[in-house]
Amino acid sequence: MNPESFGQIEGLFDAPLEVAPLLDQLPLGIMILSLDQKILFLNSAFEALTGFDRDEVHHVPCCHVLRTDICNDRCPILNTGDSVKPAPQTGTILISSREKIDVRLTASALRDRNGRIIGYMETVEDLGTHHQIMDHQRDLQGFSQIVGRSPPMQKLFSLVPVVAQTDSSLLITGETGTGKDILAEAIHETSDRSDGPFIKVNCGALPETLLESELFGHKKGAFTGAESDKMGRVRLAHNGTLYLTEIGDLSLPLQVKLLTFLDDKIVYPLGDADGYHVDVRIIAATHRDLMQMTRDNAFRQDLLFRLNVVRFHLPPLRERDGDVRLLLDHFLKIFSVRFGKSLKGFTRTAQELLLNYAYPGNVRELRNIVEYSTSICPVEMIGLEHLPAYLGEPLLDVGGETGDVSHVEEPVSWSSKEAAPGMNWAAIERQLIVDTLVKAKGHRSRAAEMLGWGRSTLWRKMKFHGLES
Amino acid sequence: MTRKIMIVLRENEVAPRFDLTAEVYIAVLDADGAIEHDKTMVLAHSSADDLCQLILSEGVDMLVCNGIEQEFFEYLTWKKVHVLDSVMGPWERALEKVRNNELQSGSILFDRPER
Repeated sequence: MNPESFGQIEGLFDAPLEVAPLLDQLPLGIMILSLDQKILFLNSAFEALTGFDRDEVHHVPCCHVLRTDICNDRCPILNTGDSVKPAPQTGTILISSREKIDVRLTASALRDRNGRIIGYMETVEDLGTHHQIMDHQRDLQGFSQIVGRSPPMQKLFSLVPVVAQTDSSLLITGETGTGKDILAEAIHETSDRSDGPFIKVNCGALPETLLESELFGHKKGAFTGAESDKMGRVRLAHNGTLYLTEIGDLSLPLQVKLLTFLDDKIVYPLGDADGYHVDVRIIAATHRDLMQMTRDNAFRQDLLFRLNVVRFHLPPLRERDGDVRLLLDHFLKIFSVRFGKSLKGFTRTAQELLLNYAYPGNVRELRNIVEYSTSICPVEMIGLEHLPAYLGEPLLDVGGETGDVSHVEEPVSWSSKEAAPGMNWAAIERQLIVDTLVKAKGHRSRAAEMLGWGRSTLWRKMKFHGLES
Repeated sequence: MTRKIMIVLRENEVAPRFDLTAEVYIAVLDADGAIEHDKTMVLAHSSADDLCQLILSEGVDMLVCNGIEQEFFEYLTWKKVHVLDSVMGPWERALEKVRNNELQSGSILFDRPER
């Protein structure tokens, strides 16, 4: 749908006010629904949050697009009938990338001048972002969700709020698991653009042709299958932040197109002769050594210079003196609450092993170790027997400062999402096996290795849990 | 060659969410897409784990659903189940499309006014 054709508000100004551009400027996800709860319009924030396109899902019943867990029995529209009053409800939605996110939903009736209900408006607020702001406000030992007391981190924390207030392009480097994504989002939330969208694009996740359309959009008919106009992520990030993760994986032709955009801030969708001015802050991140890549002609030097206006390097955990202990306590506290356990800490031997471990997967690995240990520990103190078995084994070679360490195996942990209170051990173990097999891409020997079990033990347990087929 | 398909249901439509599904339709189709036999099952409770288990124990070849979490999508795909997700619309229309080998992930099958 052409946004200009959606509708107008008359009587407010001398000239009619276009509704679509008005709603597109709001940072909250908004759906306009008909009386029978079919989608008439989605604003840009809703599209960015869920990944659905307004043209694609027009006149689809809202429950099929929103996919919340409150649709069945707590639908704010159906339950209140004619007297719909804005009453926020929290729940989860499943977005198009198959990710479940926490949201707050508010429905309200739209009425004509006689008070008759003619439709509904539903707003969707991403609570993940909200929770991070709350964390930022109460966290005294770090910045947002990033925790640390070591000198390099203290230096980072002192710089981040200052840099967040600027509009300069930012490059975040660091090994895998050091918290690049969290830092990027924290910077957005602290900046003046926090009311605008934070749009993340993984440059390594899509083939070049798809990524170009995803980033810059396309015009209807630009190529086979382009059945409607697509705005593209850059335009969706208007007045907000565009976070390009794994920028080192961006192909050379797309590097040129990004460079052009950074120069003139105008987006040219595929097949469209018209350009669109976009006001967006760029944050890029990579675990690769971009300097080396420019020497190898794999990354454009001019693009590196434009992105590298401000650069933050997140140090690997092995260079953060004293932070391991702090992070162990931090995550133990979080997971104890989440799993409904009252763990007091680590035994002396377990702590010694954890403090002396190299953490090639950095904070993510440490977090997963604590999550795993907390979930399986049946007593008050986490001992050696509750830690992943691989911790005692000699480490493979670890990547350098910004070397590619993407090959480093993450420790086995079961998803916190499955940590329902009262879940028995059999269910936990079954989930752990399934998660590990998925991580190991079905390779049983590898899964057994990741779990610290023998192959026959894994086979026996899979059979016990009915997973052997 | 026959194939067994499962469509997750909510009333007359494909259920919006896999993990909240309480009813499923299972059919065995022959090589021409004709239904050899079929059944509808009401589940004791909604659970993505239990549904995965049911899919494997029934030997389902193709799952038709709307919203499904990545971990279950990957698990079922790894188990050689062809998952068509983000299918929105009446389930009988989805079945018809499956029988004619026309259904794709992301298909929207509701009647909608022309744009």
